Amino acid sequence: MFWLRRALVHQKGWIDDREFVELLGMSQVLPGPVAFNLTLMLGHRLGGYRGAAAAAAGLICPPLVITCALGVAYGYVGTMPAMQAMLRGMSYVAAGLVLANALGLAGALPRRPVPWLFVAAVFVAVALLHFPLVAVMATLGPCAVAITWAGRRQK
Amino acid sequence: MLAASIFVHFFILCAFAVGGLNTVMPGLFHYVVDEQGWLGAREFTDLYAIGQAAPGPNALWVTLIGLRVASWPGALAATAAMLLPGVLFSLLLIGLQARNPSAPFAVAFRRGLAPIAIGLMFSSGWVLLRSIGHDWAGLAITLATAAAILRTRLNPLLLLAAGAAAGALGAV
Repeated sequence: MFWLRRALVHQKGWIDDREFVELLGMSQVLPGPVAFNLTLMLGHRLGGYRGAAAAAAGLICPPLVITCALGVAYGYVGTMPAMQAMLRGMSYVAAGLVLANALGLAGALPRRPVPWLFVAAVFVAVALLHFPLVAVMATLGPCAVAITWAGRRQK
Repeated sequence: MLAASIFVHFFILCAFAVGGLNTVMPGLFHYVVDEQGWLGAREFTDLYAIGQAAPGPNALWVTLIGLRVASWPGALAATAAMLLPGVLFSLLLIGLQARNPSAPFAVAFRRGLAPIAIGLMFSSGWVLLRSIGHDWAGLAITLATAAAILRTRLNPLLLLAAGAAAGALGAV
């Protein structure tokens, strides 16, 4: 995201910071990779449907090739003890990256009990009780949005 | 057939991946490892870690899962399933001319779903840690990584390389 913003806003000047934040806000409520959705909508804004297709392909294709190459390599050397040891170390770091992501976003949550109850409820349901994720989201998601919406209108 | 069932199940899960693919990781893990037994827990976390180290959108670990389970058709199915929901909803938003992310409902939607996404990300971290195995040194690496990301501007790739080095030296 940092690199995208730098390239699009600062180097190319295709959009300004306000537009970038706007696109980012929309991408965050769309399902799927946030960077991909952002690029798709930006491509559409700049060049219509062809722009969207070009932007999406440009973002996804080169990394896809490299990632698949790594995946194929993993098939050959992934079970070697030395590789296993390195991957084990990397996995702990990857868990830390997710944790940092969650903590960073949690820091921006309002200091009220309701949002935190939802954080806790989701964690208990998905991580500890292994409830099906889609069912959890389909029940808790609309509740959370409805409560936020109702709370908003009271003010 | 394998690729088709990957596509269908991944598509349903990814349609709920609001806030990025990390939110549905526990669901994918449960389906691929626990229910179908296509991959072992360690294999899943290995692929997840490789996806973080690879360039581009971090969500490409989903492609790797598909590739391992069902070769190239699997990779294609997983990638399409991961990207299509976003494409469809983007087209919908474009069609509705919904350009204003500060519209009241959009704000309620985003604010309401934020705690859900955060709860799911904590769950993802939990699932990863449990699958790698119990190890205090490893847990220390995880916590140190989180602290480094939140407090410093270190590049995540550098941290992944450090993790690989720690693993190679037999620290975890």
